[in-house]
Amino acid sequence: MKILVGYKRVVDYNVRIQVKPDGSGVITDGVKLSANPFDEIALEEALRLREKGLAREILLLGIGEASLTAHLRNGLAMGANRAIHVIAPKMPGSLIAARIFHAIIDKEQPDLVLLGKQAIDSDANQTGQMLAALWDRPQATFASNIEIDGNKVRVTREVDAGLETIEVDLPAVITSDLRLNEPRFIKLPDIMKAKSKPIDTIALDNLNVEHDEPLKTRFYAAPPKRSKGIMVKDTAELVSALRQKNLL
Amino acid sequence: MNNILVIAEHAEGQLSTATAHTMSAAAALHTETIDVLVLADQVDAIAAEAATIKHVSRVLTIARPENAHPLAAVLAPQISKVAPSYSHVFFPSTTFGKDLAPRVAALLGAPQISDITSVESARVFKHPIYAGNAIVTVEVAPSQTIVATIRTAAWQPAPGGNKATVKALSLEVNLPTHTRYLGLQSGKSDRPDLQSADKVVSGGRGIGSKENFDLIFKLADNIGAAVGASRAAVDAGYAANDLQVGQTGKIIAPQLYMAIGISGAIQHLTGIKDARTIVAINKDSQAPIFEVADIGLVGDLFKILPELEAALS
Repeated sequence: MKILVGYKRVVDYNVRIQVKPDGSGVITDGVKLSANPFDEIALEEALRLREKGLAREILLLGIGEASLTAHLRNGLAMGANRAIHVIAPKMPGSLIAARIFHAIIDKEQPDLVLLGKQAIDSDANQTGQMLAALWDRPQATFASNIEIDGNKVRVTREVDAGLETIEVDLPAVITSDLRLNEPRFIKLPDIMKAKSKPIDTIALDNLNVEHDEPLKTRFYAAPPKRSKGIMVKDTAELVSALRQKNLL
Repeated sequence: MNNILVIAEHAEGQLSTATAHTMSAAAALHTETIDVLVLADQVDAIAAEAATIKHVSRVLTIARPENAHPLAAVLAPQISKVAPSYSHVFFPSTTFGKDLAPRVAALLGAPQISDITSVESARVFKHPIYAGNAIVTVEVAPSQTIVATIRTAAWQPAPGGNKATVKALSLEVNLPTHTRYLGLQSGKSDRPDLQSADKVVSGGRGIGSKENFDLIFKLADNIGAAVGASRAAVDAGYAANDLQVGQTGKIIAPQLYMAIGISGAIQHLTGIKDARTIVAINKDSQAPIFEVADIGLVGDLFKILPELEAALS
């Protein structure tokens, strides 16, 4: 089985996001960038499937500017076999990203596509579902457990009401939720090994993908601040403060 | 001209409250037509409930046995047949809507806006990104169908009292069999539902164990609250996955939110920023939760919770 994994670079989850004063974006200069945590979970799951003998090859796909290559090396160091870097001036929106994935799928014919359920920058939670629609294949979003049985996959999904289980036929798109696994740490010898793993680059313009952004972001603003509250000194004061607000 | 299609969410034959919240966002566009689409195996009771929501023009129904469970791969081709006569298609931003809306958007060749919190005009909307640390204003190109999910916590539910007409649709559409529903292990309890409760008591890493988490359940039951948890508490196994509040869990807006033993990571705070009153109890006076709390109490939760218990009984 061949697995395609999406591997997006985002502002690290520990960074406190600051909006630029002119509202043109958020500050990313000099800010730590990391793999999208959900994509790391997707990659870890692919690695575990390969370690179980269920997958032969793990292919990473990254979309973005030329400097993304270094980021893809991290995914190769974690254990992916090779990577494709679609070079674009910036990370496109979800619909175009899904079209790019679809174009790569046409060439690579993977049996399974593993993506993060959302990226922690855009928080859109769209690409996997859009890809599944364009590819006309099943989707299993928010996965917390994956069991492969021949041509079928049983997926446990974290939904609002609890844990839902569905069965899908391969090929399929599965998006990872937080508790699918805990990604491994990259070891130094693996970083050395990753240097010789292949990364193919393709310019977005050569992919024959319609990529006019249909959604224009006009303005970025900081969220409204909550007004400063009060501190109480003990339980009795807490109870009376809540009673005053008619909350108890 | 703008006309909106709202996709109804339901479970066990009942309309979910998320649909009425979504309706408020649709009403903010001041359009003539807002239709609700119900896809189910048994549609009648759900449609009757949807018809009472204010602002609804018509309730459209598609009754098919394949629609018994909300499988996106099965529902999306049906919705995409109905959608082309509408300018906007809205879904609640619940796991149901998040799963389904992008599949519909892609079938329509349309982009999607996730988590609308404000309607500026028929084509301009605001929504949060970066765990709510930035609010972006986006504009959709003319001629594009607008597919969106609505951040339910940011919108009041539309009131009832309406009597909209109900119309059954029959579509010629082939449905895939590559996706099959097997079951739901529900975390359902007699407690109020986390997403719609007026009061929520939430526990974090500071609770220390699954056994200690009973203190949270006890306090919640005492004041008639739903129970929530931070990611740390869920990861540690103190609480079930579906209780997680935050960026990747549930986004809620109760009247009262009590954060107990929760430090307040930004990913958690984004889930509660629309709560009316936030109470924080934590032994660390420097915990970031105190920056957003309306009422803060620094102290040992194992001493404070029994005192609360005693004061309330």
